[in-house]
Amino acid sequence: MSDASVPAKPPAEFLADGARWRWAEIAFWLAATLPYFVAQDYLQLAGQVLITGLFAMSLDLILGYAGVVSLGHAAFFGLGAYACGVASKWGWGEPITGLLIGGAFAGIVGYGASFIVSRFKGLALIMITLGLNQLVAEAANSAHGLTGGADGLQGVHTWDLLGYFHFDLYGVTAFWYILAVVFACFLLTRRMVHSPFGLALRGIRENSTRMVAIGAANRAHIRKAFVIAAFMAGVAGALLTETTETVSLETLSFQRSADVLVMLILGGVGQLYGGVVGAAIYMVARDRFSDVNPQYWYFWIGLLLIAVVVFLPNGIVGGLKKLGGYLGRAGR
Amino acid sequence: MKGISIAMAGAAALAASAAFAQTPVKVGMIVDYTGQFADTGNQIDNGYKLYVKQHGDTVAGRKIETIRKDNGGMQPDVAKRLSQEFVVRDKGDIIAGFDLTPNALAAGDVSAEAKKFMVVMNAATSIITTKSPYMTRTSSTTPQLNGALGTWAAKNGIKKVYTLVSDYGPGLDAVAAFTENYTAAGGAIVGAAKFPVATLDFSAFIQAAKDSNPDAIYIWTPGGTQPAAIGKALAERGVDTSKVKILGQDELTGVSAIASMGDLSIGIITAAMYDFSHKSPMNEKFVKDFQDEYKRMPDIFAIGGYDGATAIYKALEKTGGKADGESLIAAAKGMTWESPRGTILIDPETRDIVQTVYIRRVTKVDGKLINVEFDKVDNVKDPVKEKMKAAK
Amino acid sequence: MIGNIIGVLYDGFAYGMLLFLLSVGMSVTLGMMNFVNLAHCAFAMIGGFVTVTLINNFGWPFLATLPAAFAAAAAVSVVFERILFRRFYRATDLDQCLLTIGVVFVSIAAAAYFFGTTQQPVRLPDWIRGVVAIGGHNFGVYRFFLIVVALAITGALIFGVEHTSFGARVRAAVDNQRMARGLGINVDRVFALTFALGSGLAGLGGALAIEVVGLDPQFAFTYLVYVLIVVSLGGMGSVGGAFAAAVLLGVSDTAGKYYMPQVSAFLIYVIVVALLMWRPLGLFGKRHA
Repeated sequence: MSDASVPAKPPAEFLADGARWRWAEIAFWLAATLPYFVAQDYLQLAGQVLITGLFAMSLDLILGYAGVVSLGHAAFFGLGAYACGVASKWGWGEPITGLLIGGAFAGIVGYGASFIVSRFKGLALIMITLGLNQLVAEAANSAHGLTGGADGLQGVHTWDLLGYFHFDLYGVTAFWYILAVVFACFLLTRRMVHSPFGLALRGIRENSTRMVAIGAANRAHIRKAFVIAAFMAGVAGALLTETTETVSLETLSFQRSADVLVMLILGGVGQLYGGVVGAAIYMVARDRFSDVNPQYWYFWIGLLLIAVVVFLPNGIVGGLKKLGGYLGRAGR
Repeated sequence: MKGISIAMAGAAALAASAAFAQTPVKVGMIVDYTGQFADTGNQIDNGYKLYVKQHGDTVAGRKIETIRKDNGGMQPDVAKRLSQEFVVRDKGDIIAGFDLTPNALAAGDVSAEAKKFMVVMNAATSIITTKSPYMTRTSSTTPQLNGALGTWAAKNGIKKVYTLVSDYGPGLDAVAAFTENYTAAGGAIVGAAKFPVATLDFSAFIQAAKDSNPDAIYIWTPGGTQPAAIGKALAERGVDTSKVKILGQDELTGVSAIASMGDLSIGIITAAMYDFSHKSPMNEKFVKDFQDEYKRMPDIFAIGGYDGATAIYKALEKTGGKADGESLIAAAKGMTWESPRGTILIDPETRDIVQTVYIRRVTKVDGKLINVEFDKVDNVKDPVKEKMKAAK
Repeated sequence: MIGNIIGVLYDGFAYGMLLFLLSVGMSVTLGMMNFVNLAHCAFAMIGGFVTVTLINNFGWPFLATLPAAFAAAAAVSVVFERILFRRFYRATDLDQCLLTIGVVFVSIAAAAYFFGTTQQPVRLPDWIRGVVAIGGHNFGVYRFFLIVVALAITGALIFGVEHTSFGARVRAAVDNQRMARGLGINVDRVFALTFALGSGLAGLGGALAIEVVGLDPQFAFTYLVYVLIVVSLGGMGSVGGAFAAAVLLGVSDTAGKYYMPQVSAFLIYVIVVALLMWRPLGLFGKRHA
């Protein structure tokens, strides 16, 4: 809705406008460091929230900006997790290159998949991505020797970060490491969505026929976005592997694909911050609900989802923006 | 002067022990309360809760406080985080539960690093207990049960076996242990197949097994909906269990499996560490209390939780309430006690469980289908760790 | 070998019929309103639990519980439709997904609370559990029963859609909702009835599924994937398409397990991906969501 009412400005100015840092954003990232200062006991949770947030953000890049609905994004998360884990098992546990290994492997597979994905839309696209995800998961299950099958990959060991910071039991090193990586990926994403390329993606989402008419290479754009999204999902998977020293088939599962989609929609699609916010709300709510009621917390999460759709269509970030808009106008 | 200092020391000691008694021992029960394996997790916790109810929540002068966390499925990353949070945030003492192997392995790292006593109450892969020197187990290992079954089968006139197992870690461990002991004792494998973990329709697999004309079909499944589906396939494909024996592990004829299989389950032979029909006064009381409390029968998961609680209580009694990992594992080593399933021992070397494996056959008794024990193998250790020891 | 083929076709067809009952309602409602109802299998689960409760607690005969399972699922679904879902027909697909997945979560927790997490045991009458040998092949009576019920329902549905005025209105609403409204068809009411009917059939499917695949609170989630596959392969809004896709899925799944157990887990997803790449709208589909 908001995109339709974009005022007519020269494109460069419009992009520069979007790319300007807002106070709310700076406050958001400062707030992201808070767990270390006020809630040390929650660092492990905060770290996993950020990882999932990064994963959701990578999905947002294709779903929110290019309109590619994928129910198979966990394939790339899991491929990154396994690539990094297998490298570690074979004796290369250096964390930063581990991320690149995970991301690169997922990106390469994503490049192959992008030729299929960019050709379809609607329900067919959803089911094709789901099908490809299941094929990857089955392949990992069949390759017991390489992946450890259902017992999970054993023998993953992450070296100290920069040869100095040990990944401690309290999760302090892991937290700062994850936060830094997620922030770097965020900057990259932010730069991208406020570039002409990002604008072209939004054009495809809004009206793909017209984009072709003005000479845009739709499929090439979608493929490019898909590969970047796969790379970032792979980095997120590798982060999880390094900070927990575990990899299981669950990282590749349909359940994880569906969960991340739910979190992204909850946070708000196509809003840049929707993924991280959605992951935070969902996982913290889950943690609190299941603490109170380990058997029936699904009930309360379900109610939360329903309530968000009823009261905040376009997700939490979308709802907040709208609210901010009202307040801004009222204040004027 | 001296008298005063003694009195002061005494008072200080008293105050310290009072403070000691006031801080509870925290047990972190980490199992699947939701998701595909929810029933397993809930039964483990039921068994645990029953023991606490029977024996009170205070042991060696310290209160037991249980903190429950939902693992939500086969998610080792979550298991690891939950056990870290239990140690760091909840200042917990004893890590417990674990229905699934990957989750137990991940939590094992935390137990080793934080030096916390850990009791695995279900997960059954051999290597789990090697992950942390502070870990013990009160369920069984897959090779323990299936190896014993293999030896028993070869010694009891079963010459040709077709094996059919779930195509993932535990299934492969099970069939490896069964096959090794069975062929070592002179049996022959006439065919082997693996079915995908998610299989719900077994007609095709059973037909293929039947076509190879074995004396027995050995089946291993992780439980859930599969035993019932297998029972149905056996009936549909006309497998006569009096001619072709069906061999398997406990869960193939678990409580809900038998209930949904009905008469189709008659004649199936399984190896197990426990069944509610086990004849002993202690077990009769256990079953009655369990039924009063939860309106259902205890199963192997419940007994794992019950004996897990027993292990925690007995170890705490021995240490006089000291709850650090070193003291508790030292106390647990070599501990033996009478459980509703019979006498069990914590192996002082491997910290794993040593127990009797019962061979049972599903039989109709007074109109009810029961796993009737008709043979047993005593003092079975985990064969994988015995081999590891021999290799050293 | 030939005998095996007959057996595999028979089992696969029966399994397909089960999938058809579970999916057909979702296909039609998705085609008509573009409403993504991921809670469809939650309604199927209601049918299953109604049957279990009536048999185990009230001693009803199995056959008598089936209409009750249908009615209960239909009734509950229409309450949800009228109170909650109808307000979101114009919402985005993604919001609809989030809403209905929320309903699934609530249903899973509610089922676990009331019925426990255990597999629901159901004893069916002996006559239906038996096996009949014809020409040297064994045929499960229950599967035969499943096939007869599903074929009768398919016949009735196709007749209803093709030859009744209600069916004509449903077809009109599926083909072009706006035009149908313009012609004075009360699309909301047609939709509510279709929704109830579809959910009722899912409830019936849920009750019939207990004997084949069991029932626990996860049912609402486990079968969602299969239902989505049937809907996408068949083409939205097509009864015949859902039927063909369900048979294809049931037979290929069963055949894969029999002839190629090593790759059977891959097989159905290879089929899904390949078929949708060939025909993105499904076998009988006409248009996109």
